[in-house]
Amino acid sequence: MDVSVLTEYLPLYKEAALLTVKLGLLGILFATVLGLVCAAVLYFKIPVLKAIVKIYIELSRNTPLLIQLFFIYYGLPKIGIRTSPEVCGVAGLAFLGGSYMAEAFRSGLEAIPLIQEESALSLGMTRFQTIRYIILPQAVSVSVPALVANVIFLLKETSVFSAVSLMDLMFTAKDLIGLYYDTTEALFLLVVFYLIILLPVGILGTILEKRARYAGFGA
Amino acid sequence: MQALGLEVLFKGTNFIRLLGGLGVALKISLLAVLISIPAGILLGTLMTASNPVIRAILRLYLEVMRIMPQLVLLFLVFFGTTRALGWDLSGETSALIVFSLWGTAEMSDLVRGAIISIPKHQYESAAALCLTLPQTYYHIIFPQALRRLLPLSINLITRMIKTTSLILMIGVVEVIKVSQQIIEANRMSSPNAAFGVYLTVLLLYFAACFPISMLARFLEKRAEI
Repeated sequence: MDVSVLTEYLPLYKEAALLTVKLGLLGILFATVLGLVCAAVLYFKIPVLKAIVKIYIELSRNTPLLIQLFFIYYGLPKIGIRTSPEVCGVAGLAFLGGSYMAEAFRSGLEAIPLIQEESALSLGMTRFQTIRYIILPQAVSVSVPALVANVIFLLKETSVFSAVSLMDLMFTAKDLIGLYYDTTEALFLLVVFYLIILLPVGILGTILEKRARYAGFGA
Repeated sequence: MQALGLEVLFKGTNFIRLLGGLGVALKISLLAVLISIPAGILLGTLMTASNPVIRAILRLYLEVMRIMPQLVLLFLVFFGTTRALGWDLSGETSALIVFSLWGTAEMSDLVRGAIISIPKHQYESAAALCLTLPQTYYHIIFPQALRRLLPLSINLITRMIKTTSLILMIGVVEVIKVSQQIIEANRMSSPNAAFGVYLTVLLLYFAACFPISMLARFLEKRAEI
């Protein structure tokens, strides 16, 4: 391995990593919001919306992100919806992640026995108070492991962004291999940068999971 | 029809070609699953062994496969090993290697989880009945673990199908590549082909994964009872 090549490539990778992290975090943020909305729709059993959310969840969970991105980036402009690569990447990640987040929240809400809600109501709490003080605190702590897994999963999925010509880490690595043929150096930096992004998230997730478990009941 | 570019699909053998492209990805995922399941069962069982060295090695293997995006693994094998070791790998072969390794790791973790979910007294009771260790596993542990394992490993198949769409990025001619060819060839006659063709590909993937997901959910519900 040639150290001078590594130092030469470093700034390129740094920029690419920043893009990956930026778009990844934005996508995860939107995915979480979308997931919360979907989970709420399912939880309150809102008539028509419930059917739409169910179809969306199935469609998003049973198709790969790469194909979703191709459809958004190359397909949708033909019917007048034109997006920049950045918007497309974030939208695709939010579309994919929304369903995973919704499932995580839903499993948390479902884990709360009905008796909790009934007891709260019989104590004279309003519907809002019941959700705010009884249901949500318990549901969130049950959801945490799934949410953490989703965040890592979605960050990893950003690796297909290069398909819509975003200059992310994969794009940079492939580009440099094609241009200069320093395969070993390019791939080494690729692995290192993904580790820098993903390892802290993984470790943080493990800590969070351990802490959230204290909030669980009956365990 | 003209506006949505769906008419392209009915021209000549275009739709059959798309299906053929999907077939390439499905074939690789199926082969990878066929390798991953027995290998995963073996490694997963070993992961519950008491030998700390074996456990540490398998744990490391699992974590490495888990933390790296699958596309990075593909690049490492397709570009990295060919350069470092000087051999010649086709895209399909590298994909099969990567997805088998990844699938084995995922499967082994599922197997490990299913086995450790069996209460300790099952082992002890089996030992009290003078069953040998292989007998204990064959008659007591595996049949119980299988119940939990089945829906999860079927889910792994859909994940595998979705993940094999990545082979496009290492130049394998699969469904997206075929789509691009069809769209290019019909650029003049149907400029909107991209919409119809990519929508069809999206729905084809859905048609491949959805029934398997439903099966997994059905088995999961049954396992809970």
